[in-house]
Amino acid sequence: MNFRNVAIVYRKELTEWLRDRRTLISTVLVPLLAFPVLMVGMTSLMAVMMNKAEKEVPKVMIVHGENSPELVAALHASKDLEIVPYGEDWKDEISNKEIRAAVEIPSGFDASLSGKSLPTVQIHYYQGEVKSEYGAGHVDDVLKAFRDDFVKKSLEAKSLPDSLISPFRLEKHNVAPPEKVSGAALGGLLGYMVILLSMTGAIYPAIDLTAGEKERGTMETILSSPLSRVDLVLGKFFLVLSASLSTAILSIISMGTSFYLVGHSNAMEKKDAAVFQLHIGLPTVLSVFLMALPLAVLFAAALLTIALFAKSYKEAQSYLTPMTFIVVIPAVASLLPGFDLNPKLALVPILSTSLVCKEIVAGTFHWNYILLILLSSSVYAAAALFIAVKMFQRESVLFRS
Amino acid sequence: MIEARGLSKRFQDKKRGEIRAVDNVSFTCQPGKIYGLLGANGAGKTTTLRMLATILEPTDGTAVVCGHDVVEQPEKVRANVGFLSTATALYPRLTAQELVEYFGRLNGLDEPTLKKRIDDIFNRLDMDGFRDRRCDKLSTGMKQKTSIARTLVHDPPVMIFDEPTTGLDVMTARTIISFISDCRDRGKAIIFSTHIMSEVERLCDHLGIIHDGKLLAEGTVSGLRSKYSEHNLEEIIVKVVGPLLKNSEA
Repeated sequence: MNFRNVAIVYRKELTEWLRDRRTLISTVLVPLLAFPVLMVGMTSLMAVMMNKAEKEVPKVMIVHGENSPELVAALHASKDLEIVPYGEDWKDEISNKEIRAAVEIPSGFDASLSGKSLPTVQIHYYQGEVKSEYGAGHVDDVLKAFRDDFVKKSLEAKSLPDSLISPFRLEKHNVAPPEKVSGAALGGLLGYMVILLSMTGAIYPAIDLTAGEKERGTMETILSSPLSRVDLVLGKFFLVLSASLSTAILSIISMGTSFYLVGHSNAMEKKDAAVFQLHIGLPTVLSVFLMALPLAVLFAAALLTIALFAKSYKEAQSYLTPMTFIVVIPAVASLLPGFDLNPKLALVPILSTSLVCKEIVAGTFHWNYILLILLSSSVYAAAALFIAVKMFQRESVLFRS
Repeated sequence: MIEARGLSKRFQDKKRGEIRAVDNVSFTCQPGKIYGLLGANGAGKTTTLRMLATILEPTDGTAVVCGHDVVEQPEKVRANVGFLSTATALYPRLTAQELVEYFGRLNGLDEPTLKKRIDDIFNRLDMDGFRDRRCDKLSTGMKQKTSIARTLVHDPPVMIFDEPTTGLDVMTARTIISFISDCRDRGKAIIFSTHIMSEVERLCDHLGIIHDGKLLAEGTVSGLRSKYSEHNLEEIIVKVVGPLLKNSEA
């Protein structure tokens, strides 16, 4: 291996890469814009939609209740509900979003309140439909207020204090530090996105430097120079790795900025926003980066090898696009609740890195797993690089036609 | 000097089985001479030239280029060879100068020597007007000049040209032909393959006629003319290859 020649190839590939619009889009623009657009855009849009749904006065139908004038009057009196006349096909009307909910009052409800029977009032709604769920929520509030009022009056009639039905208060307090709160909620997502983007950032340079060279006819030009094929593949590999790492770095910066913006925006309630206020220090960022490094080496070498096998840019794209799914599946698996690291999973590439990143962001450092994952990922990466070097020495691959 | 010794190349094809692209080819080319390799498409010319340039490795036999074995010392062979073919394209996103600099550095030239060499070549080939223009913005003639500059930058004693004028206009082809002639005058050993007989007559000192991977006839242009009692080079090729074509058709 000649380091000077590897550096010359790397410098030349870097110059060409920085002049290529396609690779710059996938390596720089996508990671920089993906998080802000997804996070800020989606949360703002959701906040607007929720707000709109919450402020709507829902159309609600009363089913039966003919002999329960008090409850019917309470429903009519609510400013948060618009009571519409009864119709036979009220279930269809809910499904067709013509009304938001219906309240079914059992026969003789008012009278049964004073007795020993326990009547059931049913709220009918469209599950999963946001406006219907909000409408049902409003109905629920009115019914609870009616019940509380009834209890209060009953207690007053018997000269008993209000505190009898609520003898103590309940409060919930979070004891986990802020980084663990956000880490538990978003740690998996951070690792997943860094892994996915470090691969997508490597795809286009890998194709351009192999199948792209074959297609443009420059492969034979470079093979006729005194450069050894080992130096050639290493120069190309380091460029693809640079693209992969810069995508990973940019995605971390972009993600941090996005979480900051969402966490400090007014679009969310303070309690929910706390989840987005990622408390990531430099050591955590460096740790995630370190864990992703062998994976980036693995991606760069594997993508170079596969793309080299292709005869054209298009063929290489058709080989590498399914690779995204191979990466996404284990990365998504790490997001599943209850999916925790164990010695066997620590040997599964991608999944192990994604899981350990989740732990690191949450502030937990399992050093034995970290070392095992670093070691196993490095072995996979070295194997992939070895195969890439071997493939560059095979005439049947370089001159495949 | 170039010396091919029983060069052979076999490929495996899924449908056709083993293909002998080049079969036991031997010839010699001395410094200051041009050896013309003639033959139909698929005869084995490009594979032979690629083996001499160490882009492909021979299955059997070998070749010695400037004292270096193509199998044992491929990198040293390539350092002594300038290889130009229709398949050796340019990097589109580099400028003409950056491209030539890249190959100069890969050939181990130091920066002062590289600068001097580039200035000299660009001046000789009248390339100063487009040295900072990207290769994808160059005309065909400019691209061909840049390719020539690329092959010349390390001043190799051996030049290999594989159909260098195919698809070029008259003026660009003339530039290439005069460049090859100039290389011979500078004492370089040159191997040249083409389908254009006027180029052969103008340039070649020795000829080799290759068909189906085998070198069927070899000699000086005048030697082949007297051997086959024929002045027209195309007719000589037909006389050499024709009987084999009839046999294979029969």
